[in-house]
Amino acid sequence: MIPALTIENLRKSYGNGFEALKGISLEVQQGDFFALLGPNGAGKSTTIGIICSLVSKTGGRVAVYGTDIDQDFPGAKKNIGIVPQEFNFNMFEKVFDIVVNQAGYYGLPLPLAAERAEKYLRELGLWDKRDVASRMLSGGMKRRLMIARALVHEPRLLILDEPTAGVDIEMRRSMWDFLKKLNAEGTTIILTTHYLEEAEALCRNIAIINHGEIVEHSSIKELVRRLHREVFILDCVESLPEVVSLEAFTVRRMDEHTLEVEVEKGQTINQVFDLLDDRGIRISSMRNRANRLEEMFVNLVEGAA
Amino acid sequence: MTLQEQYVAFMTILRKEVKRYLRIWTQTLLPSAITMSLYFVIFGSLIGSRIGEMDGFTYMQFVVPGLIMMAIVTNSYSNVVSSFFGSKFNHSVEELLVSPTPNYVILLGYVIGGVSRGLLVAIVVTLVSLFFTHLQIHNLLVVVAIVTMTSLLFALAGFINAVYANNFDDISIIPTFVLTPLIYLGGVFYSMDLLPPFWAAVSKLNPLVYVVNAFRYGVLGISDVSIWIAFGMIGLFTAIAWFYSMHLLNTGKRLRQ
Repeated sequence: MIPALTIENLRKSYGNGFEALKGISLEVQQGDFFALLGPNGAGKSTTIGIICSLVSKTGGRVAVYGTDIDQDFPGAKKNIGIVPQEFNFNMFEKVFDIVVNQAGYYGLPLPLAAERAEKYLRELGLWDKRDVASRMLSGGMKRRLMIARALVHEPRLLILDEPTAGVDIEMRRSMWDFLKKLNAEGTTIILTTHYLEEAEALCRNIAIINHGEIVEHSSIKELVRRLHREVFILDCVESLPEVVSLEAFTVRRMDEHTLEVEVEKGQTINQVFDLLDDRGIRISSMRNRANRLEEMFVNLVEGAA
Repeated sequence: MTLQEQYVAFMTILRKEVKRYLRIWTQTLLPSAITMSLYFVIFGSLIGSRIGEMDGFTYMQFVVPGLIMMAIVTNSYSNVVSSFFGSKFNHSVEELLVSPTPNYVILLGYVIGGVSRGLLVAIVVTLVSLFFTHLQIHNLLVVVAIVTMTSLLFALAGFINAVYANNFDDISIIPTFVLTPLIYLGGVFYSMDLLPPFWAAVSKLNPLVYVVNAFRYGVLGISDVSIWIAFGMIGLFTAIAWFYSMHLLNTGKRLRQ
């Protein structure tokens, strides 16, 4: 099957000599939910900018559903929907007009454009706001407007550059549900995000980019499997003794009711509970100290620095 | 994109442009009507009555074609420069750049939007002028051709200005310091015959002289320059402006990183 996105040896240098991309290569398969992660300035937005023609590449090859952007960029663009990081619509235009006009730029006749605009504005909960000037929308609504605008020509590849930045938790969750549904219906999705929890919850495959280079390109399951250590925080029912030790585990007493336990690869959490039970310590709740992926991310990025 | 899809994209841009200037008609259409009315009253009626005839016509009849052309030039230019720079400023131009719309359709959409405003203002100003004088049309074909070509040329010039502009000051510098002086020195208010030979020769370097005189020929049948040279010059400048604008779009200068 032809990949949804193929990037080969992609390079971007600016006039001042700064190399934003140093020959990255990656492939995103059709139907995938793919995360592109990296710290600020790593090259994520440059990569996305090249794919959707807002940035000119210095070298390399990009193909969208087999269509090379150097040979047929308009053909490739028809398959792409882009949701940028910054709001990039006319704040004085009405919500409905913004979506309908975008459809027009893709050659959709007015009646079909209006039909599609209604469909996606309804799905994203913006139909009631269709006659409102876009500047009157809240931040979350503006982000949803950009998603509706990106979907109006029904692209096969949707690229979202930090779509949930600055969005409240409830709105973020509903956006996740919408994107999961869209992906289940067959749309390939590429997401850049700073919320690693988001990548872990939504995406199947991942690439981590740092200093213009891909430092990791695999499945999220594989990444998590490679983690050697997890840290759990345990809330205890009764007051803890001054010193708590569990054989083969590193334990820290955080306060009178809280323990931090490191579980290495090969060890199980059941062993921890058995040992605590032997000491008469009862646990009321438990959580990860940090997002597992976040730890991996920090290790990879710091390792490459 | 098929031709049909390109037509849809073109109409989308044009519709958006027309809606934009009609929505803010008090800023786009009304000022020209008021300014030109003042010109007609002051230069045509009050001062003109003391000047007497120029090239066989009353002063009012002589200045009307130039004033109509002045409205066309400024409106075609300012519509494109403000609209395209505005879309660059708020990044909504990216909506077009990420789409498969060909560059020539983008350019045509904005430029014809500017031309349509130039023509609409020309009609308004012409109607206003009828309150002050009787207008005849010497050659309708010349009138239509010169109005269309001139608004096309200055809409393209507005586009080039918008691409290079970095801030709102940059889009007012050219109209204020280049366009307005060229219009005033382009023979709107006087005949070249009144100038000393040296300044008459210098004036012929001003492209607005050809625009104003060609239009005056279409309306009154008189011109200080050859009508064919006028058409040739305007055609040449329009072609240069079109290809340069396409070059800017194709290379993504100031639009793509």
